[in-house]
Amino acid sequence: MADKVLMKGNEAIAEAAIQAGCRHYFGYPITPQTEIAAYMAKRMPKIGGTFLQAESEIAAINMVYGVSAAGKRVMTSSSSPGISLKSEGLSYLAGADLPALVVNAQRGGPGLGGIQPSQSDYFQATRGGGHGDYHMIVLAPSSVQEMADLTIKGFELADQYRMTAMILADGTIGQMMEPVSFDFEVKEQVEKPWATTGTKMQRKHNVVNSLYLNPEQLEEMNNERYRKYDVIKENEALCEEYLTEDADIIIAAFGIAARVSKNAVNKARENGIKVGLLRPITLWPFPEKVFAKHAKHVREMISVELSMGQMIEDVRLAVNCSVPVSLCYRVGGMIPTPDQVYSAIVEANARGGK
Amino acid sequence: MHYKRITLLAGHYGSGKTNIAVNMAMDLKKQADNTAIADLDIVNPYFRTLDSKKELEAAGIRLIVSAYANTNLDIPALPQEMYSIVHDKTMHSIVDVGGDDRGALALGRLTAMIREEDYDMFLVVNRYRPLTPDVDSVLEVIAEIETAGRLKFTGIINNSNLGAETTAETVLKSVPFAQEIAERTGLPIICTAVEESLYEELKGRIDDLFAMKLQARPVD
Repeated sequence: MADKVLMKGNEAIAEAAIQAGCRHYFGYPITPQTEIAAYMAKRMPKIGGTFLQAESEIAAINMVYGVSAAGKRVMTSSSSPGISLKSEGLSYLAGADLPALVVNAQRGGPGLGGIQPSQSDYFQATRGGGHGDYHMIVLAPSSVQEMADLTIKGFELADQYRMTAMILADGTIGQMMEPVSFDFEVKEQVEKPWATTGTKMQRKHNVVNSLYLNPEQLEEMNNERYRKYDVIKENEALCEEYLTEDADIIIAAFGIAARVSKNAVNKARENGIKVGLLRPITLWPFPEKVFAKHAKHVREMISVELSMGQMIEDVRLAVNCSVPVSLCYRVGGMIPTPDQVYSAIVEANARGGK
Repeated sequence: MHYKRITLLAGHYGSGKTNIAVNMAMDLKKQADNTAIADLDIVNPYFRTLDSKKELEAAGIRLIVSAYANTNLDIPALPQEMYSIVHDKTMHSIVDVGGDDRGALALGRLTAMIREEDYDMFLVVNRYRPLTPDVDSVLEVIAEIETAGRLKFTGIINNSNLGAETTAETVLKSVPFAQEIAERTGLPIICTAVEESLYEELKGRIDDLFAMKLQARPVD
């Protein structure tokens, strides 16, 4: 087994992307994800890849469009305000059914906000971000190891379904350092017969485009895309379950909030409160079935978020409002402490589902 | 450990300079009453000496840091008091330089003055960091930092660790790596830094162990 290395979450994403065969990175610096660009700038020239610091986030996402259309694995990364700038490009990628990996190491918002961690781009990520009917596959790592693992998975899912996979991380997971193993298998890349690689006079030319002159055809393309989304919802939802089987109370949390929550769950268990944790790993598709299953035996769910309450809406939809769902949160770059989450558990326990 | 009047810590991004700087300042304070720690990091807005403000102040160590460290103002600002490192001849200081050549660039304004002083510049190195896994890559980093900072290294601090998964074995395996850097650069190994819980286990097995308390940002 290869030695582990000590990495920042951002570096783990960059290295994993390289190991996934990505040889094209386009980006623009923004805290707290700049290590991804810095790592790519150092490594790509040494392995025959392309690192390009674009003139803007908008330019970078359109470079991603170009490389993806040519059938190559490609990525970009940014943080909240930069993702807003990229949103037009994300919509175009969706409209052209192009695979890509996009990283958002979220920071406090709205506007320029701040450089401390946040999860307040949940709506933007899970609802598409740009204009039009579309989704991205949204993956939410909660450790540096998972930053690497989900990057590999993101590339694979993106290619398989011809859509954008987004790593929705945050400033903390991007910046913190943990040991990482790169001892994993990378699947062989799928064929891309649709790519614009030149006909060599052997086939009809391929077109990559999101403009449809005929409205009936555009409608059918949207319907077809949503049939694909149904398949993804059925097959790709991922969720970690922790002490949920006998739970009276369940915490829903992803990313850094889930790590904090796990400490609070352990403390509550020591004090005799039956509480568990559901950690969605895919935010789209949201692991609805797991939530619906546990809604049958819990008295209350608590959504722990670094936002004013965004994922809580998906939790309520997943349990069809059959149990009360409360919110425990911090914003502005602050992170809930295990004590804060523990207090929320104690209060929920006292309410007894009322 | 013996300290010259100015001790500069430089090295690869994320090699552990800030942790060592805080611990060295604590150690230095036992030898020099007028001790300061200067944070010249213009690369990373997080994980700053400021995180240890309470401990440093309690120990009577002067903290020289930009007013914008750990705030949302993400600009490469230097503290205006940094000139006291060279001008206040009664003061001993540990200087935490930002990572890589980009960080060492901040030294430029002070280089000529530092050269006139009694100083050391130590390379902090962790062989478990992804971009410095072998000696050749470390030599590259050394050359880049020396060029940007216009100062030569005078010693090596082996800070090889795997974070929370560090064992005595992790540290022992890094010793030949540090020795090879020393041989190829002609620089002495000043110390091998370990988290204090590993100190007893490694005592006598590695020369010049330096026990550290890890710094963590206080939870608000």
